[in-house]
Amino acid sequence: MAIIESDLLGHPSRLRLQAIPVASTMIGSAVTLLPFISTAPVLPPLGLLMALGWRLLRPELWAAWVALPLGLADDLITGTPPGTAMTLWTISFLGIDLIDARPMWRDHWMDWWIACLVILFCGFGQWAIGYFVSGGGALWTMIAPTVLAILCFPPIARLCALLDRWRLSK
Amino acid sequence: MAPPRHRDRGFSRRIQYGLFFGYVAAGIGVVAGIALILIARFDPLAFEGIKGLALDVTAPVTKLTRPIVRGGGSLASDVGDYFGAVSENKSLRKQLADAQRGLVQARVLAFENARLKRTLKLVGEQSQPIVAARIVGSDLTGTRRFATLAAGSADGVAPGQPVRAADGLVGRIAEVGAHASRIVLISDGGSAVPLRVVRTGEPVLGEGRGDGAIEVHSTVVGGAGFRRGDLLVTSGVGGVYPPDLPVAVVTSVSGEIATGLPLARPARLDFAIVLPQAPVPPPVAPPQGHRR
Repeated sequence: MAIIESDLLGHPSRLRLQAIPVASTMIGSAVTLLPFISTAPVLPPLGLLMALGWRLLRPELWAAWVALPLGLADDLITGTPPGTAMTLWTISFLGIDLIDARPMWRDHWMDWWIACLVILFCGFGQWAIGYFVSGGGALWTMIAPTVLAILCFPPIARLCALLDRWRLSK
Repeated sequence: MAPPRHRDRGFSRRIQYGLFFGYVAAGIGVVAGIALILIARFDPLAFEGIKGLALDVTAPVTKLTRPIVRGGGSLASDVGDYFGAVSENKSLRKQLADAQRGLVQARVLAFENARLKRTLKLVGEQSQPIVAARIVGSDLTGTRRFATLAAGSADGVAPGQPVRAADGLVGRIAEVGAHASRIVLISDGGSAVPLRVVRTGEPVLGEGRGDGAIEVHSTVVGGAGFRRGDLLVTSGVGGVYPPDLPVAVVTSVSGEIATGLPLARPARLDFAIVLPQAPVPPPVAPPQGHRR
């Protein structure tokens, strides 16, 4: 039986219910701060993957505007031009809301397809904005992290589910 | 599984309005985000304060986790070194003998160089480095190639200053916090460095490709061209970068364009030296004449 938030009757605290998704997404963004020095992008955008995992797992958790502060935090942490992830993530969340509004069958595969679309959109969008703002690098360097990000989505979704069980445990 | 019904909020006006204003806020946010991107495009230094602050806040994370990561990495290579130590020893001895011969020659040349400069009364610009600091990390995602330096405006670092390591040019400072700063590597797609081929003296331009290499264009038509193994140094043209810093080695040539590999490999960098920005020559005055 799935746990739903209205069953909880005030347990656990509201702060914990809200803080765990936000904090885990920001930690995902901050993984890029690990002290490896690379000459090509090697890591998938973990902040985006965490945000997507939470959004697809708990559609009622966040309104679409929550992507704005989360994206801004991601921009500031990773050093991309401010507004990049902010814009791309919010557009993606609005798009997912549109998909949610259509009555169709949803399962894990469908969620993965949606995640694929969002990852491709954000990856290409980030490259394009970087190119517009200050002249980016070659597009093909984005292939490896994008493929990696698509493959990483299922484990990240599992991680979100684990965190969600912990978040809702009394 | 049936579709989620979470957007169906029933007849409660309060919840319906909440949902509506959520979408309005998201729409306004997207517009604001696009405005931020446009500002960053046309005024690159607009967000210096907040970006510097974010850099100061996040740099300690990198500094603190660094020993752990470095320890794990060096353990793996230590185990690898244990095997094949004999053959490595042999090849290293051979390299050492070669290097010593080269060193003697270099000393002779340096002496001769100094003598010739004295005869010509050439005065080199001696610039004192501003600060030497540790490179603590780099941006692992995204298309831009940045590295984080553990020194900021409190140490005299300012945007635009060139950064070098023992092996060669690393890049230049892009953003500055109080105790940390961000370096644009020369392999970044937004970086262009005026260079010179040591063998021919031909002026060339090295542009970052974003994948660890730089693309080298000749700036003279019908020049001598490139050869594999050509050493590229900064020419000092246009200021910013001081002349004669080693930068890259040509690894492949296709016609007028060559690919170079930076000598200072960012993955192996530990310390870097921030140099003062070479003075930019004043812009040439527009030609005086009759205005129609």
